[in-house]
Amino acid sequence: MRGESWQTAEIPGPKKAHVITDPRIVASLIKRSSRPILVVGGEADEAVVNYAIELSKAVGMPIAATPSTLKAFAERGFKDAHPFSAVEIGERLRDPDWEGLDGSGQYDLALFMGFKYYVSWLILSGLKHFAKRGEGYLTTVSLDPYYQPHASWSLPNLTRERWEENIKGLLHHLGR
Amino acid sequence: MGVKGVKVKLDELETAIGRFKGLEISIGRVVEEIPEEPIGPTPFPSIADLRDWDLKLLRRYRPFYMPFCDLCCLCTFGKCDLTQGKRGACGLDMAAQQSRIVLLACCIGAATHIGHARHLVEHLIEKYGRETPINIGEDAVEIDMPVTTLVTGVKPKTLGDLEMVLDYCEEQLTHLLSCCHTGMEGNNLDFESKVFHAGMIDQIGMEIADAAQISAYGFPRADPEAPFTEIGWGVVDTSKPVILVIGHNVPPAVEIVNYLIDHQLYGQVEVAGICCTAHDITRYNAGAKIIGPISWQLRFVRSGIPDVIVVDEQCIRTNLITEAMKIGAPFIAASEKCCHGLPDRTHDDPDAIVEDLVSGKAPGALILDPDKVGEVAVRVAMEIAPKRRKSGILPSREEVVEWAKRCRRCLECRRACPNDLPIPEALEKAAKGDLSALEALYEDCIGCVRCESACPQGIPIHSLIASAARERMASERFKIRVGRGAVQDVEIRRVGGPIVLGEIPGVVALVGCANYPRGGIEVAEIAEEFARRNYIVVATGCAAMSMAMVKDEEGQTIYEKYPGVFDAGGVLNIGSCVSNPHIAGAAIKIARIFAKRNLRANYEEIADYILNRVGAVGVAWGAMSQKAASIASGFWRLGVPVIVGPHGMKYRRMLLGRREREEDWYVYDARTGDRVYVGPAPEHLFYAAETKEEAMVMIAKLVMRPSDTTKGRAIKLTHWIDLHKRFYGRLPDDLHLYVRRKADIPITMRDEIMKFLEEKGWQERPIPDPTLLKRLIRG
Repeated sequence: MRGESWQTAEIPGPKKAHVITDPRIVASLIKRSSRPILVVGGEADEAVVNYAIELSKAVGMPIAATPSTLKAFAERGFKDAHPFSAVEIGERLRDPDWEGLDGSGQYDLALFMGFKYYVSWLILSGLKHFAKRGEGYLTTVSLDPYYQPHASWSLPNLTRERWEENIKGLLHHLGR
Repeated sequence: MGVKGVKVKLDELETAIGRFKGLEISIGRVVEEIPEEPIGPTPFPSIADLRDWDLKLLRRYRPFYMPFCDLCCLCTFGKCDLTQGKRGACGLDMAAQQSRIVLLACCIGAATHIGHARHLVEHLIEKYGRETPINIGEDAVEIDMPVTTLVTGVKPKTLGDLEMVLDYCEEQLTHLLSCCHTGMEGNNLDFESKVFHAGMIDQIGMEIADAAQISAYGFPRADPEAPFTEIGWGVVDTSKPVILVIGHNVPPAVEIVNYLIDHQLYGQVEVAGICCTAHDITRYNAGAKIIGPISWQLRFVRSGIPDVIVVDEQCIRTNLITEAMKIGAPFIAASEKCCHGLPDRTHDDPDAIVEDLVSGKAPGALILDPDKVGEVAVRVAMEIAPKRRKSGILPSREEVVEWAKRCRRCLECRRACPNDLPIPEALEKAAKGDLSALEALYEDCIGCVRCESACPQGIPIHSLIASAARERMASERFKIRVGRGAVQDVEIRRVGGPIVLGEIPGVVALVGCANYPRGGIEVAEIAEEFARRNYIVVATGCAAMSMAMVKDEEGQTIYEKYPGVFDAGGVLNIGSCVSNPHIAGAAIKIARIFAKRNLRANYEEIADYILNRVGAVGVAWGAMSQKAASIASGFWRLGVPVIVGPHGMKYRRMLLGRREREEDWYVYDARTGDRVYVGPAPEHLFYAAETKEEAMVMIAKLVMRPSDTTKGRAIKLTHWIDLHKRFYGRLPDDLHLYVRRKADIPITMRDEIMKFLEEKGWQERPIPDPTLLKRLIRG
C-alpha cells in the first residue's frame, strides 16, 4: 500500500515509511523491541492520552510527553510520563549515547502520537537521518491518523473512526 | 569630523590590545570621534574572526537537524540523496547540507536588510545630504548605533559615514554566500559559525536602515511617549480615497504623505499600510493608519477598499497585481527589486501615468522615483475613487452559500492549509446556510490562500472566510503606539542593574512575522502575561501589530494599558523589522552603561556578558521569512536565546542545550579562574514550542542567567514555577538545577521546594562572576 503525505506538498525523499496495514505489525514491532518508548505531543486530546496510557501499561513502555499534556496524565493517576518537549525528546532520541529516561540507555523503538502533522513530520525526519543505532537507525512508528513519510512505519491517512479501530486493534494484540 | 579619506590598511597587526586581521579603517574619518575608548580585538571581523566564540556556543547548544528535504538539488551532479549517512557527489553530508541551507536563508535575510539599507541611505543622502547627522535619540542616546560600534569599532556620525559600514556588510555577505557554493565549506559547525556571522552582519544592516530613517525623517527618537495611531480593518474611512502601502522600505509612502501635505490635501485621502511600511509610515506621520500584519493583504485587497495599491519591497504577496486588477485598483511598484512585470514609467510625465492608470489603459506602473510615486498615487487615488465601486470581490452571504454547495469534500484545501484548518467541514455547514464555522476560521487563517490553489472546484475559499467574517473585520479598531525606536541611555541606567541582578525578571522581545499556529491572539496573550508579571516587553514588526489587535473588557489594548517605557511592566512598540537592533542595542548598552565594558570592536566580551548576565529572550511566534532567520541568528551570536512557534521548526534545525549533561554548564569565575557549575542557564539558544503555554514556561526559564543574585533568581524562579504549575500541574522536574543557594528559593514556596530538593540530593553551590572567556579572568 502506498502512503500519501497528509499535507500534500510534504513530499519525502527516496526513503518513505512503510504503511501499517494491520495493527498486528505494530504489536509485533513493540514485542520485538527491547526498549520501546512512546512520545506524546501537544495536540493530544483526551482520547489520545487515554490510549497512550493503555499502550504504556500494556508493555511497560515509558512515555515522554510534551509538558502541556502532563496535567492530563497526572489527572489520570499515571506516573510514567516524563516531561520533554518535541524538540528536546527528538534531540535526545537522535543521540546514540543518551542515557534514556531511566538511565539504562537508548531506545530501539519510538512510537509517536498526538502531534501537529508538521511537527512530527520534522522530528521524524531528524530521527530518520541522524538517529544511528549501531549499523542501523532507530525504528520509529507514527500512530497519528496521518501518513508520516519520515517514520519507519506509519498509519495511513485515516478518519477518526478508522484510526480508533486501529489503536484499539493494537491494544487488543498487546493483550489489553 | 576629522580628516576625510585617509585610509590605513593592515593585513595583520598584533598589538597589546589584540590581533587585527584584514583591518581597513579610515582614520580621522570616524574612528577618532571616540578617542575615549580603545578599540577592541575584532574590528570589522572577517567571517572566521569570531569562530572561537561561535564554537564555544555550539559545543553547548548543539544543532538538532530536521531536514525539510532529503535531497540536494543545487548543482548538475544532483539530485543527490543524502539520506542516512549518504554523501552527495560533492562530498557533503546531510548535517552540512542542512546548515548550508540555514546559511543560505540567513544570507537572503541579511541581503534583504542590507540592500534595503543601501537603497535607503542612497535615497536619503540624495534628499537630505551626506552630512545629515545620525540622531536616533537626541541627548537621551549617546551610543546611536551600538551594534555597529560593537562589531566594527566605528561610530558613524552622519548619513555619509554609513556607506563605509555598508561596504563592510556587503563584503562579508559576499564571502558568506560564496561559502554555500559547491565544494566550499564542508563542516556543519563551520556553516553554523557562518550563520552566526550572517546574523551579526544583518543586525548592522538593519541598524543602519533604521538609524538613517529616524535621523532623516524625524521618526520618534527613543520616545517612550510615542503617539498612538489606529490599527485594524475598520479604521479606514472608506468615504475617502484610500491608498494602501505594503512592504518595508518607506520612502514612497513618505512621499505620498508629503505630497498630500504640500498640496493641502492632507486629511482628504486615507493612507493605510500593511506590514512594516505601515509601522514606518506611522512613525513618520501618526495620521497614517495600519491595517494589520502581512496576513491581512489579500483579505483587505479583496474588500475593494483600496483605490490604489503601492508596494515597495519584502513580504509583498507576489501576485498582488492580479488581485489589484480584480478590484480595479491601479498597482504601483516602487522598487527595482520587485518590478512585477510592469513597464518602467519612472521617467514619464506624471500626467501621462495618471491618465493611463485612471482610464484603465494600464493596470499598473513601475515608478522608481519616490517623489513621483507620491504624486501619481495621490492623483490617481483622488481621480479614480469616485469612479470605483468599493464593493470588491468578497461574495455576498448568498453567494457564499452557493459557492459552498460546490464543495465535493475532496479535502485538498485542508491538506494544503499550513494550519490544517477544518475548511471542508466549514464549507459543509456553509452549504446549509450556517456561516459560523467559516467565520471561526478567520482568526487562525494566515492568509496564504493555498486552499484556493488546491481547490479543484475553483472555490474562492479565502474570500468566503473573509466574507463570513465581514462584520468582525469591519469592527477591527484598535490603538497602537507608533514605533518608538531605540531605548534611552537613562532608561538603561535605571534598569541595567535590576536586569543584570535579576530583579527585573527579564526582557521579552516579541518579534517576527504572522505565520501563527492559532492566530495573532496568542502573541497578545504572551505579551500580557509577561507585562503583568513586570517583565519588560518589547515588540517589533507583525508581532507588535498582533499584540495591539486584542482588547480587554474595558476596551483597551495592551499599548493603552501599559506604559511605553523600558522598565518593569513596560510594553514597547520598538518599530519595524529594521528596528530589531534597538533590542540588541539595549542589551549591549547594559554592558556599556551599567558595567562600563568597552564596546568598540569588542564583540566576544560583550556577547559573553549578555549570555551570562542579561536575561533577554526573543520570541518569534509566527516566524516565516528568511529575514526572521537572520534576525534570530544575530541574537544567537550575541547570547540571546530565541523561541519560535511550531512553524519555526521548518527552519530545519534547533540549537539545544542538554540540561543533564553537567559538563556543558561550567564557566570560569572571573574573580578566581575556578571552573564553576552554573546549571543550564540559559538552557537553549534556539527552541521551538508547540503551544503558547509551552512558550510561556520556556520564556520564564530562559531568562535565568548565571550571574543572577539570589534575590533576582528567587524572582525568576517564582515566575517560572508559577507558570509551570499553572500549565503543567506540578513543579519542574529540573528545578534543582536552577537553585544554587537556599536564598534562591522563593519564600512563599520554601517548604515545598526544600522537600523537592532533598529528594534530589541537592547541595548548595557557589555563584561565580561568570564568563566563558579565559582571558577575562582577573584573579
